[in-house]
Amino acid sequence: MSFFNTTGRAVCGLVAAAAAAFSFQAQAGGHGIDLTGKTVEWIIPFSETGGSAKWANFYAPLLSEALPGQPTVVVKFMPGAGSTKGANWFQEQAYEDGTTIFGSSGSTQFPFLLGDPRVKYNYADWNVVLASGTGGVAYLPPDMAAKMDGMDATGLQGEDFIYGNQGATRLDLVPTLAWEMLGLNVESVMGIKGRGDGRLMFERGEANIDYQTSSSYLKGVTPLVEAGTAVPMMSWGALDAGGNIVRDPTFPDMPTFKEVCEATPACETSGEKWDAWKAFFIAGFPAQKMVFLPNGASNDAIVTYTKAFEDVKARADFAEISAGRLGKYPQMTGDAAKQALQSGTEVAPSAKDFVVGWLEERYGVTLK
Amino acid sequence: MDIIATALPALGEAWALILQPVVLGYLVLGVVMGLCIGVFPGLGGIAGLSLLLPFMFGMDPILGLALMVGMVAVVPTSDTFASVLMGIPGSSASQATVLDGFPMAKKGQAARALSAAFASSLFGGLVGASFLTVFILIARPIVLEFRTPELLMITVFGLSMVGILAGRVAIKGIVAAGLGMLVGTIGEGASSGDLRMSSYDFPYLTDGLKLVIVGLGIFAIPEIISLLRQDRAIAKEQALGGGWLDGVKDWFANIWLSVRCSIIGVIVGVIPGLGGSVVDWIAYGHAVQTTKDKENFGKGEVRGIIGPESSNNAKEGGGLVPTLLFGIPGSGSMAIFIGAIALLGSGQIEVGPAMLKNNLDITYSIVWLLALANVVGTIICIAASGGIAKLTTIRFALLAPFLFMIISFAAFQSGQNLMDLVALFAIGFLGIMMRRFDWSRPAFLIGFVLSNPAETYANQALQIAQSRFRKGFGEGLDYIFSPIVIVLLIITVVSVVVGLRQAKNIMAEGDVKSGSKRAPFVFLLIVTGYIAYAFYDAASIPSFSRDRTFPMFVAGVCLVGCAILVIRMMLKPETDTIFADREVDGEDAEATHNLWSTLGWFAALLILTSLLGFILALGLFLFTFLKVRAGLGTAFAAAYTAVGIAFMCGMAALLNRDFPPGLLQEYADLPWPLT
Repeated sequence: MSFFNTTGRAVCGLVAAAAAAFSFQAQAGGHGIDLTGKTVEWIIPFSETGGSAKWANFYAPLLSEALPGQPTVVVKFMPGAGSTKGANWFQEQAYEDGTTIFGSSGSTQFPFLLGDPRVKYNYADWNVVLASGTGGVAYLPPDMAAKMDGMDATGLQGEDFIYGNQGATRLDLVPTLAWEMLGLNVESVMGIKGRGDGRLMFERGEANIDYQTSSSYLKGVTPLVEAGTAVPMMSWGALDAGGNIVRDPTFPDMPTFKEVCEATPACETSGEKWDAWKAFFIAGFPAQKMVFLPNGASNDAIVTYTKAFEDVKARADFAEISAGRLGKYPQMTGDAAKQALQSGTEVAPSAKDFVVGWLEERYGVTLK
Repeated sequence: MDIIATALPALGEAWALILQPVVLGYLVLGVVMGLCIGVFPGLGGIAGLSLLLPFMFGMDPILGLALMVGMVAVVPTSDTFASVLMGIPGSSASQATVLDGFPMAKKGQAARALSAAFASSLFGGLVGASFLTVFILIARPIVLEFRTPELLMITVFGLSMVGILAGRVAIKGIVAAGLGMLVGTIGEGASSGDLRMSSYDFPYLTDGLKLVIVGLGIFAIPEIISLLRQDRAIAKEQALGGGWLDGVKDWFANIWLSVRCSIIGVIVGVIPGLGGSVVDWIAYGHAVQTTKDKENFGKGEVRGIIGPESSNNAKEGGGLVPTLLFGIPGSGSMAIFIGAIALLGSGQIEVGPAMLKNNLDITYSIVWLLALANVVGTIICIAASGGIAKLTTIRFALLAPFLFMIISFAAFQSGQNLMDLVALFAIGFLGIMMRRFDWSRPAFLIGFVLSNPAETYANQALQIAQSRFRKGFGEGLDYIFSPIVIVLLIITVVSVVVGLRQAKNIMAEGDVKSGSKRAPFVFLLIVTGYIAYAFYDAASIPSFSRDRTFPMFVAGVCLVGCAILVIRMMLKPETDTIFADREVDGEDAEATHNLWSTLGWFAALLILTSLLGFILALGLFLFTFLKVRAGLGTAFAAAYTAVGIAFMCGMAALLNRDFPPGLLQEYADLPWPLT
């Protein structure tokens, strides 16, 4: 129990310090909101089984401790139409007392960016209070990896690849577009229910190329790499402060797709294809999951939630408990979160047009 | 020898962890909570686990595991109450139990059926755990041998159970299964997201229909309506025959069936991707095939309970293999379970390939906690079964409004949409008609459950095989015809041939007399019309999309079946079995109340809900029903209504669930639970 005592004390100290630091801001914005005795409903537009559920279940108890009045925070699942149903529902909610918050994901962003006709929501109406980033890693079986010449993927161009794909318009468009840019012949097998199924397909030897988000890679693929049945190919990278793609801090020894692309003659790190890939990579990974207050939220409420998430991040044990569950990625609040929201939900029209055209040509998917 | 050298100490450590009084206390607590939630159909382990999640953070791992495992383990045990006593399939694990369990309850042998089921559950759980203790060490390479063609073959094997349950006219059973599959394809296709029988202008159907709704609609509603029309208690004889000891004796007399079905349960549970949806049907089919006198199946044959119940608890154990070894959850509740394990003890336990290496003691603890929870849960259930079985002697008119309440609430939880209730009503109506004209409802349900896996695996296997064939003919053949596929193929063919030959003797839903030609013919035409439209609808999907192939194929086969049925109906006299109609002769024909007025009550609940919201509508419905239809006095009716609503609100508040809102809630801002 000593563990709890020390962290408890540390948290108290941090809360006090943060409270002092924020007293000015809180005055400027009013008094903050008190949630004593209330229940905060955190809407997740996916089922209980996905990555967003893990992310929300990780934060919910911490958020409950950090919010003024220690309200109960419950995660409520509202799956349907690949998160469009829940997001449309949230769009209709008017701000009341700050007890409804919404967690979006890359799968909510992509249909919004691609102009899916089912989308009735608008990110510009919502108020972001947290943005969580992540990364991704592509990997190969050892015999295929051996055909790569250092970072040059030219040796893989004559091979037939099979990839378990969750859906052409999902996050999977980032890896499939990347592989196509490298000149790889990757056939997508559709109908995978989650990336875990894709990994299983790879383990069974049916798929021979795959990707996982960082935390799933650490848990599910690292043991395969150690056993010699999988070899990492590249990471998607991470963004630095200037918006450049740099090596992923979780995988510093792994080349990024940008490096592999530069080393492969067939691939170019400029032009509309690259711009489109980069735009959708940014929307899908460094700004993947965000927490919002509904349209019309008071400044008090925004300040209160921002501070609560900052307190969570400031916990002495945060680095330790989050590393395994979220990976070493920025958990952004305040202006950083707004910045992430902007880069994640705004892409140049040319990038959008390119991807819409590519989806139609490659998969026959029309977004009408 | 190496394996044993590491396994034995880990097993010892696991038992040392489990056998602490505080751990056992948490386990019992979890079991009791699981039982309370499990008797409520349609909620299952997901609701319970979500309830526990907030408490898991930083909890001592073994205590948290005891609590969660206790809860998950007993859900397939306690949902037996609803399936046996009320004919309501509580979860996918207890669908097959309804077939013989409910007829036994109607014969006044509810306690016997329940205790046979519980004894089988307990035994299945223990066999499953013992098998897993050894198997988990060598499971990984074996599980990886099950590639897509193997998964497809298991799905096809599951579908072949339709052969046994097809009823007296085999083609009718096949068309029923095909209809189930077509209903299963409604919504966005898994391959490229093309819509089948739905449109984005009407978003409800794009996600497809949920199993809870179809299960309740096809099985529960027809039975409830039929009993209500006859205005009697569920049990025909007032004196309840067959105490709980008889059930345990029944189980013991069939212990080898129980062993075999338990093994079937573990093995199918181990294979990731299929989950539990086929296990109970395969076990039921096995029970039928290995019974000499098949006369009684569907009329209350105890072997029809022992088979599926032995397999469904064993399956929970088997499901731990993909969950713990691959980090791939076999079911929704297992997915939450994985998430919760990560919360425990600040994440030292990592579910996935490393689990066996680093946490073998924890793995064994989970396996045996599951077994122990089964023991505790079963003892509580058997102790309670005698008392709870008395429910079957209550006049059904007093029970029915509460059953409508519970199934409406359960259906609403699947999509949190008023349309859930409309869908329940529509499927319920289809179920009533299928029951009336003796179309096999189990076949329909098997088709529905296996529609998605059949389509997905068929498409995927085909695509991967094409790629293999491009590499070399031999490689392609090796991929498709692996030894496992060939063995499964032989079993399937044998089971279909044997099954069809025996199907005529197995009346899964009792004997039905034939009557006039018109009504069965009209129903057949409506079914044919739907299938034809589904064919047309799928054919209008662009031809490069894989989403059209499966519904077109199924609809095509069904249309041939329908054509044969139409011709046969035109040629045969009206005494032929093909014209089976329950309204002609038997219980339904002699019922006190007519079908439409009884169905009208349920429709009224639906319409009121859409106007006033669920709780207000429920209040009105319960009171009026009890007063008018059941003939209670005002005071009694009001008291029963209050109890019903209090129960509903308490349950919803505990599980943090909402109720369907109506038109009223659009205009007025009402406090919970009226929202």
